[in-house]
Amino acid sequence: MAAVSPLLVTRDLCRAFGGLRAVDGVDFSLPEGETHAIIGPNGAGKTTFVSLICGRITPTSGSVVFDGREVSRMPAHRRVRAGIAYTFQITSVFANLTAFDNVALAVQRQLIDARAGGRTAHALAEHGMEALDKVGLAGHADKIAGNLSYGHQRLLEVAMGLALKPRLLILDEPTQGLSDGEIDNFIGLVRQIGEEATVLLIEHNMDVVMALAERITVMEQGRILAQGAPAEIRANEAVQQAYLGG
Amino acid sequence: MTRLSPSAKSIALHVGVVLLLLALNVLLPEYHRGVLARVLVLAVFAMGYNLAFGYTGLLSLGHAMFFAAGLYGAGLTVYHLEWSVWPAFATGLVAGTALALVVGFLALRTTGVAFMIVTLMFAQVFYLTTLYFTTYTRGEEGLVLPQAARVLAFPGGVLNLSDPSTRYLVALALFALVLAVTLFLARAPFGRSLVAIRENEERMRMLGYDVFANKLASVVLSGLVCAAAGAAYAVLFGYVGSGFAAIQYSILPLLWVLVGGAATTLGPLIGTLFMFYVIDTASSYTTAHLLVVGLVLIGVILFFPKGIAGTVRERWLPWLP
Repeated sequence: MAAVSPLLVTRDLCRAFGGLRAVDGVDFSLPEGETHAIIGPNGAGKTTFVSLICGRITPTSGSVVFDGREVSRMPAHRRVRAGIAYTFQITSVFANLTAFDNVALAVQRQLIDARAGGRTAHALAEHGMEALDKVGLAGHADKIAGNLSYGHQRLLEVAMGLALKPRLLILDEPTQGLSDGEIDNFIGLVRQIGEEATVLLIEHNMDVVMALAERITVMEQGRILAQGAPAEIRANEAVQQAYLGG
Repeated sequence: MTRLSPSAKSIALHVGVVLLLLALNVLLPEYHRGVLARVLVLAVFAMGYNLAFGYTGLLSLGHAMFFAAGLYGAGLTVYHLEWSVWPAFATGLVAGTALALVVGFLALRTTGVAFMIVTLMFAQVFYLTTLYFTTYTRGEEGLVLPQAARVLAFPGGVLNLSDPSTRYLVALALFALVLAVTLFLARAPFGRSLVAIRENEERMRMLGYDVFANKLASVVLSGLVCAAAGAAYAVLFGYVGSGFAAIQYSILPLLWVLVGGAATTLGPLIGTLFMFYVIDTASSYTTAHLLVVGLVLIGVILFFPKGIAGTVRERWLPWLP
């Protein structure tokens, strides 16, 4: 099914913190099925921008339209149910629970929405293990999340996002703090996810961005500096000035 | 026992505890049976507190108001309106639940220290209100419900709630019911959600959970259970006084739950029982019994940092709910 209208559109989206305009009049549109990367220097407003999309922060002005619906005033938990999943920049798992229980909380929410009465314990185990399996953590299901290595906690975070079966998965600096080997695995994983869901990725590692993104948005000082395919971005002089070439 | 699954083990344990308490009705001497009946009702209060504090992580300093709402809801209707026990008890439940809904709705806009202060303030207002209407409540002096009114009518006959054995059994029935509900909740999706909210609220929100609604449900349920304890206290022990609405009765359930083990099903009973007997024993030897109580509490915290049941679970019995 070709997406007639984009999955996500923001119009003149603004968010000010006091005098600082962290996100300043951003018009952005994301077609369904695309894997899109947002890059930009620290403080460019990338995390604020995706936080406005997923509802962790309310906009000062402007609109967010998801799947044809205006969601900018919708509380975060309802946007999640509408299909926007967010994985945290700073790892935020339930440290005292097992890896499986972490994912089960996401699955449980999904099952409640799907009105899957009856065999819930069975469905919980099935869907939970499926999500863990996708990220390669099935063997760690019974381990306490807080005792997992940092790389595994990042993967668990992604598994929780996947268990929500989102239409849009927002990954906020997912490879931060991972080793090179882990990053290679991660690229494979996001590719796989990208086949089923639309992915919006904030990333500093340019190798990861170039390997994954179909299109790239460059942000600077709360605004969009450039947008286009990886090759175009690489060739863009303004981008090189502001960010790549430094 | 070792071959049983964790859930079978925990159900067997809880049934065992209730059966033991049932047997104690005939085994205990009169004095201790009276003490235990009181402890069971107060343990229900602690279990209610545990739902909000232990499972959901909401440190309220105002739960005396929910207990007292149940107490007055039942007590005032029996005393002034001469209602029978069933509707009076129900009035207590409704009063506590409605109060919890309103207070929860307002107080849950805050978190952490502010939540403690706001709940404390609401409880103080409730306490001062009971004093203000001294004409009806007789304040600290309180009301004594006539024995004749404290009978529970059934289609087949009546139960005299001032009879020590009946009183014990009714207290135990309420305790067992609330214990079963807590055990069920701890394993149900709702209970798991509450624990997860306690652990990482922001993450739960981003998993699509309505954190406010879940917390409010927790406070309302907690208020209902505390009100049930209060209402039961009024009709079983026949005394209704402002002392139960005072700050002391907001702190006590916190203490009982901490000593017994927060977010454990049996912790509230263990903590209440333990504290009651420590105070009882110490005060029979010395007038400086609070000194002894303080030392014992320091000892408990040193050796059982997560409360008695909580530490037992952590060290030896991981299946303990």
